[in-house]
Amino acid sequence: MTVADFAFYIIAVSTVTGGVFTVVSKDPVQSVIWLVLTFSSAAGLFILLGAEFVAVLMIVVYVGAVAVMFIGVVRIIDVDFNLSKHKPLKHFRLALLIGVILLFELALVLGVWYMSQNAEISVRPEMNDVQNNSAPGSIIYDNYAYLIYACGLILLVAGVGSIVLTRRRHAGGNRQNVAAQMHRDPAGTKGIINLKQGQGL
Amino acid sequence: MIGIEHYLVVGAILFVLGMSGIFLHRKNLIFILMSFELILLAVIINLVAFSTFWNDLAGQVFAVFVLIVAAAQTAIGLVILLCFLRKPGVINVDDINVMKG
Repeated sequence: MTVADFAFYIIAVSTVTGGVFTVVSKDPVQSVIWLVLTFSSAAGLFILLGAEFVAVLMIVVYVGAVAVMFIGVVRIIDVDFNLSKHKPLKHFRLALLIGVILLFELALVLGVWYMSQNAEISVRPEMNDVQNNSAPGSIIYDNYAYLIYACGLILLVAGVGSIVLTRRRHAGGNRQNVAAQMHRDPAGTKGIINLKQGQGL
Repeated sequence: MIGIEHYLVVGAILFVLGMSGIFLHRKNLIFILMSFELILLAVIINLVAFSTFWNDLAGQVFAVFVLIVAAAQTAIGLVILLCFLRKPGVINVDDINVMKG
């Protein structure tokens, strides 16, 4: 067993472990942390496959943006996740059944699949004069330029849409009211409250 | 020697985990979104594995596209979650029809 094989088995086991605990754990914060482990290990798999560009993109997009977004949303919303802390997961048997059936079907597929004789390789740069991580870039911008424009449009729509959906609409719009700010009276707004320990307001 | 089948098995396991995760947390939108991420990760692993073992770079390019679209859909999903959870409560997909208009 070479070092690369050993690395593959270690990384694959950590990927699958992360996936299992992402699905099984009940606390969403823990689940997000396991998801981060899954994505980092998948980036390791991509490096083993020689796809360094996708690996780095995986770390940047998923671990850097999506996981942080998940944790931020989980912490922002005030949901009582402790409700079902000690109860077993409700649909465990159904999920197990569906998982076993799907795994069986995929195993059947893996047993008999073969590559079609008519399949053509679509894009392959000259590997001698192009580096591993600059080759996908040149192919994206040469052969798939309109698709990458469409992806940019999708991201723009997602960004604008998220702002539009979360914006709160006030009665007078979102503009600053200077006169109301100037006429604020500190006497009516400040106060000292003695909080008891272990209790909120 | 690690062949393409090893990577396909990892992808298949992640896909099955994601699918059963959707059924396991049927009512909880955050877990459903995370299970979607697992499913798309399985898709990306398959694309990159085929791309490497057949020396065809289109697989990696489409993995990048899948990643972009997955990030966008996660962002929109979390935003929908946020605007339907202005009040504290339990995230229940059945109640999502309160978001009219």
